[in-house]
Order: sequence, then structure tokens, then C-alpha cells
Amino acid sequence: MSAAAEAHGHGPAHGPGDANLHPPPIHYSSRIAPTIVGIFLFIGSEIMLFGSFFTVYFFDRVVNNTHPWPPVGPNGVQFERPWFVALVNTCILVTSSFTMHWATVSVKRNNRAGLQAGMVLTILLGLTFLLTQVIEYHRLGYNTADTSFAATFFGLTGLHGCHVFIGLVILTVMCIRAFRGHFSPEHHHGIEVGGIYWHFVDVMWIVVYVTVYIL
Amino acid sequence: MHNPFRTEEEAFKFVWLTILYSALIVAGSFINVWVGLGVFVAETALIAWWVFARGRRERPIPHAPPPHPEGERRILVVANETVGGGALLDEIRRRSEGVNEHVLVVVPALNSPLRTWTSDEDGAREAAQQRLEASLSSMRAFGIEARGEVGDSDPLQAIEDAMRTFAPDELIISTHPPERSHWLERGVVAGARERFALPVTHVVVDLQNPN
Repeated sequence: MSAAAEAHGHGPAHGPGDANLHPPPIHYSSRIAPTIVGIFLFIGSEIMLFGSFFTVYFFDRVVNNTHPWPPVGPNGVQFERPWFVALVNTCILVTSSFTMHWATVSVKRNNRAGLQAGMVLTILLGLTFLLTQVIEYHRLGYNTADTSFAATFFGLTGLHGCHVFIGLVILTVMCIRAFRGHFSPEHHHGIEVGGIYWHFVDVMWIVVYVTVYIL
Repeated sequence: MHNPFRTEEEAFKFVWLTILYSALIVAGSFINVWVGLGVFVAETALIAWWVFARGRRERPIPHAPPPHPEGERRILVVANETVGGGALLDEIRRRSEGVNEHVLVVVPALNSPLRTWTSDEDGAREAAQQRLEASLSSMRAFGIEARGEVGDSDPLQAIEDAMRTFAPDELIISTHPPERSHWLERGVVAGARERFALPVTHVVVDLQNPN
């Protein structure tokens, strides 16, 4: 009992064995700050996640080796890739990056109206993107069970849609905080981090759009 | 390597770079699939080269120390095995004459790259701590009052870390002679002169031939 208690740090707090009762102090240098390691790990995990979906997509494309691409569906009609609607959606998402950046610049300049307007516009544009994608899914006429192309198409675009949804939740929280008077030119870490995530979602969409809809 | 998502502003720029990168690939693909593939390979290789080249060149902005009280002089000493060498002790004593000196000794916790990346630093820090304590004792015996700390495994990073908290007036780097010094081979002294806006003195300590 005594040994167990001491091993868990409940024993007497003096004596020659004290050093073994506590974990050693944490050492880290400014070269690898925890926040930088955190964002690197996050981006690394996201790249691996999207990378696995892209791998499946390219594997399917190379193995099927059908011309033209995309292949013909079970009903004998070639799958449609709504590239024009997706292009409009791309423009919407890129515009939302602009408004997000405007919100960040505004908070740095202590322009609260700009911050609030930027956040609201970014959320509206993000919602428009997501709604357009959902409507397009319904209009396509095929589903995940219709060949491996359909499965990978919905997998990739759906994975990105999930990221947009998470981004919208984060933006909504940021927006509520902005309207409640949070954030200042000195303290706006919440806006900065949310903005980074939103731009990351934008970058991933550009890659998905080019890969799935254009090439 | 430079992280493109370090700030919102950098991430915003990265969005535009991605658009440019993708647009060129798409343009190449419209000509021919192989042209598109070639553009992709060329762009990716160019970016990889730029990232690594810039990563090596990337340097923090040189910073000068803030003003101290009159007559006070802060000396930062960076050394590893040579910290107790006679030449270094002579140099410190010479520079501290006639001023109210504050000496900080930093001993980098030298480690192998593999151990650094796996955060296996305990052994290196312990060894550095022992060298530091022995060196501080030598200095006290020599009449120099100094305090010390164990620094990052990269000597330049250890100096930069110490500069943030100690704000030295000058820097003394002690190394082995050129034929045996890893630090000189890695350009630590030249790098410090390029990176830090303060006087840098290089002291060579030959532990094998103290005279």
C-alpha cells in the first residue's frame, strides 16, 4: 500500500526519492513550439485523409482505364460531372476566402463592423456552397452504389462537404463571439485559427475540383 | 521548412498559389494529357526545390539587445565540451574587467537527429547539465561568477533562445580547433555572425594541448 501510494505521488513529499515521485519538467525549445507542431500534425493528418481518398480515385481511374472519362453507368449513359455548377461553387468558395481575410484584417484594424460583416458573408457563402452541392447531388441521377466511379466521386466531394460543414460550425461560433464583442486587435487568435482552417478547406476544394471535375 | 498555414494571411496567399498551380496544370491538360502531367511534375519539383532552398536560407530578423544600465555588460557564452577551457576563461575574464559583468553560459544539449525527432532528449540534456555544472565550478575557481543553462541541441537555436531572455551585449562562442570542430564545420560561428546583431567572439580551445 505504501509503495503504491508513493508511486502515485501520495507518499511523503520529502526524502531522497522525491525526484522519482514527479514527472520531469517539460523541455521544449522555441524551434518547435507546441502550436506549430499542432498545426503541422493537423495538416499532416488531413493530407493523409484526403490523400487516401485521392489514391482510391486515381486507382479506380487507372484500373478502369476507360475512354472517355468518366465511365458509362449501369443504365448505359455516361456519368455526368457537373463541372460548370462546380465552377460557380468554386468561385463562391474562393470569394468566401476573400471575405474571411477581410474579417481578419478588420479585427486587426479594430474595425468591428468589418469583422462582423466579413464573418456573416463568409458563413452565407459557405452555406450557399453547401446547399448548391446538396442540390447538385440530388440532380445527378446516380448514387454511391452505381459503380466505383460514383462511390469515389461522392466520397471525395462528400469528405470535402463534411469539412465545409465543420468549418461553418467554427465560423458560426466565431461570428457569435464577434457580435458579442469578443476579439480585439491584440487578441484575435480565434479568428486567426478559424481563418486558417477555412482557407485550408478552400485549398482542398480547388484540388478536388480540378481532379474530379476537370481532369 | 516554412509552414504555409502559420497565419491567416499566409494561408490566404496559399489559396491563390493553389489556384495558380492548378490552373497551369489544367491548361497543360487541355493541350495534351502528357503536357498536363509534365506541368504537374515540373511545378511540384520547382515548389519542392523552392521550399527546401528557402528553408535553408530562412533566417530570423537580426535583433540587437535592449539598453542596459550604465557599466553593466552581459556576456553570453556558448560552448559544449570546451566550456571549461583555459583560453575561454581568459577571454571571459579579459572582457569582464572594469565592468559589472553578467555571464550566462549556455551548453547545447547535443543530440543525434534521430533522437531529436523522437524527442529522446533526456540523456543529451543530462550530459549537458553535467558539463555545465563542471564548467560553472571551473569558472568560480577562476574568479568568474556565472550562471548557466542547458540549451537547444542546435547551437544557433540555443543562442537565439538565450537572447530572448538574457539580452546579451556580446556573444562568445568556444569551439575545438578547426580540424576537430563539428560546429565550425557546420558554420555555427559564421551563422551566428550573420544572424545576430551583436559582437561575436570566436575562441578556440584545444583541450588536447592546453598550452
